[in-house]
Amino acid sequence: FLGAGGGNDIQWCFSQVKGAVDDDVAEADIISTVEFNHSGELLATGDKGGRVVIFQQEQENKTQSHSRGEYNVYSTFQSHEPEFDYLKSLEIEEKINKIRWLPQKNAAQFLLSTNDKTIKLWKISERDKRPEGYNLKEEDGRYRDPTTVTTLRVPVFRPMDLMVEASPRRIFANAHTYHINSISINSDYETYLSADDLRINLWHLEITDRSFNIVDIKPANMEELTEVITAAEFHPNSCSTFVYSSSKGTIRLCDMRASALCDRHSKLFEEPEDPSNRSFFSEIISSISDVKFSHSGRYMMTRDYLSVKIWDLNMENRPVETYQVHEYLRSKLCSLYENDCIFDKFECCWNGIVMTGSYNNFFRMFDRNSKRDVTLEASRENNKPRTVLKPRKVCASGKRKKDEISVDSLDFNKKILHTAWHPKENIIAVATTNNLYIFQDKMN
Amino acid sequence: QDAQEKDRAIPPERAEEAKLKAKYPSLGQRPGGSDFLMKRLQKGQKYFDSGDYNMAKAKMKNKQLPSAGPDKNLVTGDHIPTPQDLPQRKSSLVTSKLAG
Repeated sequence: FLGAGGGNDIQWCFSQVKGAVDDDVAEADIISTVEFNHSGELLATGDKGGRVVIFQQEQENKTQSHSRGEYNVYSTFQSHEPEFDYLKSLEIEEKINKIRWLPQKNAAQFLLSTNDKTIKLWKISERDKRPEGYNLKEEDGRYRDPTTVTTLRVPVFRPMDLMVEASPRRIFANAHTYHINSISINSDYETYLSADDLRINLWHLEITDRSFNIVDIKPANMEELTEVITAAEFHPNSCSTFVYSSSKGTIRLCDMRASALCDRHSKLFEEPEDPSNRSFFSEIISSISDVKFSHSGRYMMTRDYLSVKIWDLNMENRPVETYQVHEYLRSKLCSLYENDCIFDKFECCWNGIVMTGSYNNFFRMFDRNSKRDVTLEASRENNKPRTVLKPRKVCASGKRKKDEISVDSLDFNKKILHTAWHPKENIIAVATTNNLYIFQDKMN
Repeated sequence: QDAQEKDRAIPPERAEEAKLKAKYPSLGQRPGGSDFLMKRLQKGQKYFDSGDYNMAKAKMKNKQLPSAGPDKNLVTGDHIPTPQDLPQRKSSLVTSKLAG
């Protein structure tokens, strides 16, 4: 469905934007994660204030064939609260680092949300009926005096306005000394992993008082620390296989059948570095901020500061494809280090086409087949539905053409770190600092 | 002469590194990753010495707030906050604007 017929590039149109219009962004409103569920019907966001907002796609209106259903607020709840660990004198942020949906098994929806220390399993359920006609209770809840009851009736369920309730079903706490960066649900749908800077733990979704440590890279002497875990993900089909990426740009694939503690990797993916290019910044920009498997599980994609790389699991010594996201930043590394932007953690996603964010509210798409790429912008100025987004171009140096923007004019405070692609349709969700944009491909 | 200049062209990363070292000569010998790793692990750490704090409170009953200079023994360093300095943590009871 994606470019399958003749390789026509997808034309993206603005669909919706959620969030406040004003420029003064409250810290709590900073979006920290975006995730579609397995059917794409639900879209969840998490923010720095510990809140989760879930949007639901409208059922398609048969008369409106020119656009897909809109996403409207379905549920919102406070997932995590700020905490202070008095024993360690550690302030624990309520920021939601990741949300991962469970596949739907019954009427209710389940998701895992995590902050730096605690993972929670939330149940989101609908209530559209309520019981009426009790014998011993009035409709408003007050108890009736049994002696006043003269006839009996059978209570019945009557329809009511839809109410969506979120309740925490499991709290997975106290298993991480360091800060959780990833959670990933296993293909067995019974277990999941959580990864912090130095350790990865395996959980069973039903069991909260126990967790197995499967990776531990903490050195005996912390002075010897050279590398931390930056992301981890289970293989989509093989329930004993997972990968984790590091701050040094390596990815390790581990097989849980090999041993209880997977400190020794089964495969190590690393692109050899050109020693003549090595600089103070090399390690920082090689740090992998996100890793994602392809649907088949044959490939995985990694995001480092300047590029996206596609790896074939059968080839460890180099990626099969490399895409430059914003190479023009290589000659700005000094100032990006000074303003801390060099530490920004961009995510990536793919659905045949690779998508990742950049600065100035730009995001990039790479078509692996045609090798064409495009830069688009998430901006309220482009918000006419069904108008195709205009490609943007950054001018690295020299003469700036009309409509191009020069590197020095880029707004580095406008970062797109989180994006998500609908699992089945050409609908993408792009998060700017505090707004959520939804784009769809132009139909017809 | 043009070809010679191209051979000596500094890769952009190295040029940026030179800029950084010119601004911050004391920047460590270790590659850029290490110091930042330790900072990452220590995120959220707050230091507070209740002994020092209570001592300072007791002595300060009759005095003005101490300056950092001669009264160094009243405040342990200038990085350790007192409870008044710690930002108040409140949970977000306000609904997200995405849902508004």
